[in-house]
Amino acid sequence: MFAFDFMRHAFVASTFIAVICGIMGVFVIARNMSFLTHTLAEIGFAGAAFGVFAGWPALNGMLLFTIVSSAMVGQMSVKSARRESVISAVSALFLGLGILFLSISDQTSSSATSILFGSVIGISVSEVWQIVILSIFVLIVVLLMYRSLKFESFDSIGARVNGVNGPLISIVFLVLLALSVSVAAQIVGSLLIFILLTLPAASAKYFVHGVAKMIVLATLFALVGTWLGLYLGYLTNWPVSFFIATIEVIIFVAALIHARRA
Amino acid sequence: MNFNLQPGGFLVIVGENGVGKTTLVRALLGQLRPKSGSIEFNGPKKNVKIGYVPQFRNLDEEYPLSIRDFVGLSLMNRRVPWLGRSEVLRLNDIMNQTNLEKIADRPVGLASGGEKQRAYLAQALINKPELLILDESTASLDNEMKYELLDLVAKFQHSDQLSVIFITHDLPLAQKYADRFLYMEHFKYKTGPIADLPVEQVEGR
Repeated sequence: MFAFDFMRHAFVASTFIAVICGIMGVFVIARNMSFLTHTLAEIGFAGAAFGVFAGWPALNGMLLFTIVSSAMVGQMSVKSARRESVISAVSALFLGLGILFLSISDQTSSSATSILFGSVIGISVSEVWQIVILSIFVLIVVLLMYRSLKFESFDSIGARVNGVNGPLISIVFLVLLALSVSVAAQIVGSLLIFILLTLPAASAKYFVHGVAKMIVLATLFALVGTWLGLYLGYLTNWPVSFFIATIEVIIFVAALIHARRA
Repeated sequence: MNFNLQPGGFLVIVGENGVGKTTLVRALLGQLRPKSGSIEFNGPKKNVKIGYVPQFRNLDEEYPLSIRDFVGLSLMNRRVPWLGRSEVLRLNDIMNQTNLEKIADRPVGLASGGEKQRAYLAQALINKPELLILDESTASLDNEMKYELLDLVAKFQHSDQLSVIFITHDLPLAQKYADRFLYMEHFKYKTGPIADLPVEQVEGR
């Protein structure tokens, strides 16, 4: 199957996405941001609709919408008890805009809806490069602030009394998350991005108890899901996203069973 | 407000909820800036390195990090993701001194109340502070564990010349370990050697 360009592109892109989601996912889980991740994925779809309307590449519209909305969430939810309702409000605004742009755009909406459900088969070389560059950027930023991010994510109270700048870390992380969501939405689609950014890491925490170990295992789970999903999609012609979703859920259920026995 | 705490001394802060004990501590830490006035440490050193164990921690029972990894979170002097040799040695050292080495790999979420408090203590002490501040650290512990934790604190106090500030409502505990007290009321305070602690007044009788 590697004889086909589109399969090679799909594998390279999905490998980078799996690594990013494994790393970011561990912090998403530690920071209890599953809901925000889910919402950002939907906002990404709205951004793609705006991109189509404005005649931009879909990814640029997604980046614009996700980054602006996560910055808004970060600004408005300094009080963590308020975060859920702030996320609801921000996502309502951006999803509403998405519907507007989808309906007033004269072009076909198919490229926006392909973002919604994923289109890893059929991405071009330049899109692969876009994904690679964004992934490297996310990796470098995480590496640069690794200890502060780790402390703030896994023990925000302890981090604050040790002089870690919590609000700054939160905002930077939100922007990184927005980037990751936009990148990964290219492959599994907005609605399933939620899965790669949350389930592998949520599963990993039941097997290992260190941050680095969780990152490695979450990345492995994400890789298994995307690679196997691509292969099964190639064999059956069924949607790749369906397979990835199912595989990650199976891993998560296995992790819960493991946790109960341990 | 003025109070005296010598290097290697143990000051207990008592007073009703809401009189500003934690606020005072946060001002000492530099987290809050006083609206008027300033905070000065009188001594050879103007900058005192403080380790602080806050009153509340938001760690649930599914909290995944091992006790060892949790304690190591406050190693912040280097930026690289991996721990250096000296950091690993220091981590091992503090785990031993706080009797956590046997349960080092257990997730914090599954640890008992006393074990968690020891882990918080280890995290606060790993960077070798000169002053340790405990904010009601014994409040959720049973009697035996309270004394176990404070025995451990006293050990560091004596071996490392560590100064201790302990916020509590537990007067017997205060009388056993502290050498000085600071009693806070609304807009006034009393301070002195622990023997002069106005017990009846503090207890509201």
